[in-house]
Amino acid sequence: MKIMRKFSFHPCGNYHEEYRQELNIFETDFGRVSMCVFLAALFFVAPFVLSPYMLYILNTIGIVAIAAIGLNILIGYTGQISLGHGAFFGVGAYAAAILATRFGIGFYFAIPAAGIITALVGMIFGIPSGRLKGLYLTIATLAGQFIIEYVLIQWDSLTKGTMGITLPPPEIFGWQISGDRAFFFMIFISLVLMTWFAVNIIRTKYGRAFIAIRDNDRAAEGMGIPIFRYKLLSFGISSFYAGFAGALWAYYMVSITTEPFNLGLSVEYIAMVIIGGMGNIPGAIFGATFITLLNELLRFLTGILMNVGIVTSLGLNMAPLKEFVFGLTIVLFILIEPKGLAEMWRIIRSSFRLWPFSY
Amino acid sequence: MEFFLQLLVNGICVGLLYGISAMGFVMIFKSSSVLNFAHGELLALGAFLFLALITWAQLPVAVAFVLTLIGCFLLGFVIEKFFLRPLIGEKLIFVIMLTVGLASMFKGLILLIWGGNLYTYPDFLPETMGLKFGAIYIAPVYSATLIISVIFLVLFGLFFKKSAQGIYMRSVADNQKAALSLGVHVRRVFALSWAIAALVACMSGIVLGIINGVNVHDLSSIGLKVFPVVILGGLDSIGGAIIGGIIIGLLETFTGGYLSPSLRDVVPYIVLVFILMVKPYGLFGLVEIERV
Repeated sequence: MKIMRKFSFHPCGNYHEEYRQELNIFETDFGRVSMCVFLAALFFVAPFVLSPYMLYILNTIGIVAIAAIGLNILIGYTGQISLGHGAFFGVGAYAAAILATRFGIGFYFAIPAAGIITALVGMIFGIPSGRLKGLYLTIATLAGQFIIEYVLIQWDSLTKGTMGITLPPPEIFGWQISGDRAFFFMIFISLVLMTWFAVNIIRTKYGRAFIAIRDNDRAAEGMGIPIFRYKLLSFGISSFYAGFAGALWAYYMVSITTEPFNLGLSVEYIAMVIIGGMGNIPGAIFGATFITLLNELLRFLTGILMNVGIVTSLGLNMAPLKEFVFGLTIVLFILIEPKGLAEMWRIIRSSFRLWPFSY
Repeated sequence: MEFFLQLLVNGICVGLLYGISAMGFVMIFKSSSVLNFAHGELLALGAFLFLALITWAQLPVAVAFVLTLIGCFLLGFVIEKFFLRPLIGEKLIFVIMLTVGLASMFKGLILLIWGGNLYTYPDFLPETMGLKFGAIYIAPVYSATLIISVIFLVLFGLFFKKSAQGIYMRSVADNQKAALSLGVHVRRVFALSWAIAALVACMSGIVLGIINGVNVHDLSSIGLKVFPVVILGGLDSIGGAIIGGIIIGLLETFTGGYLSPSLRDVVPYIVLVFILMVKPYGLFGLVEIERV
């Protein structure tokens, strides 16, 4: 009888008797089990059956998802809009590269250290949030994006400017991590840990303070939440995620330059958060997956279109199509489903659950 | 000394351009408090529409100019109707990201049609409009810019101060709900303000195109330069936009001339952060007081 109850599907109402039950991550044991099955499939099947190209895409999704989760903590939970996330990602990448090349530090230390350095940088650029909010803060982070970009390019002695830095392959216990499959484990173990951390931080007092600040900062202050401290903390955590992801990316890409860390990247991260679902940790992963796949698909499509007779004979350049579709996707999601993929996923699940009596 | 004077004149000219491109941005903010990240692309659309009308359609300049303005006015309506109206009362991030998405769409569209090349308009401004003060010569384009910006400044100043529509716009920007409850037709005000702002943006796009040539990447990057300008001048002050533009322009050319050319592009943003910390509402902006 006990086992039957524990393995229940969704109850048809809210039968919570304790506050603890409200905080459960998985509403049913069914969800817990299916998550375990999914993770097992991810770790024990996916890396061994997928082609290297597919693994490359998966790895990219994993890295980008870590950064997107961080941005979701800042935007989705704390309500502070940052247009500098791409630059923080770059700071993490450069921090890891410099630690690894200048000081010869192993990746297991360099990656978290890069995260912490980025968290400090993020907190510095979060200081304006003490006085500013809303669109003024957004503009301040936009300025932060340009300033960091400038520093990365111009601080030659440290970042080698436009030349870029090449990283040594990560090594642990004499075993070299190289190739897509080895990186897959490194990236996805990090992603699982970071997701676990993010989901749990939202359930603590810190997470609840973030949500209070998002929903009404004046009321939060009135309730005794020191909003400036918590906003800084949120900037710090979100930049830690960005820096961590950036460091992973630097190792994965082997050599880095300043080019990718521009405003476009920041915009892409915000797009992931919105498309995935604001204030939803799995949503950030959905968003990262969606945008990465969209980018790959569009690259593939424009590649095909370039070779179609009519297009080439007219001399059309199809590359900007990517930009157009990217913009259109953001606009459509905002207009049609502002809660993003996470909400769509919830609707699909509940329509299965409630079938055939949907009310 | 001559170098200094040269930089001064250059700075003021560049600054005027920033100022005039910031005017449309301020218009939108003042009337709907939307931070328009697609502003640079609106400039580019205006410039390219004008280009298409005078080179492909071979229309006379005056006709093309008027047609472009009408086209942009309608475009403003369309943007408001289809994209921003559903977002009335929505969270700030959705509005910001919608304009970012629009920016990306417009840029992609322009690149698809015209590509990333630099185009120039045929010469049409009379040589007599150029001004000469001693050794300093001001090209006809700049004096035209000056005249246009003064006209717009006066017109919009009067519009927002005196006309009923202008006052409605300010009330909507200040507090949508309160304006709605006092009987202001918020949707109409939004539509009109976007139309006017798009018109102003297109016109400044044309002016920029005459001076620098027409190129999507240049024009859309000016859309981002607008931020330091309007924050310095005050987000809702049209006069402030011009003055902020001139200050930022001077700052850029002087840092470029005396310190280092690479610092030139980032200096406005460093100043921006300082202004935001010290005087977030800028020189002439309306101060919103909120005490917690």
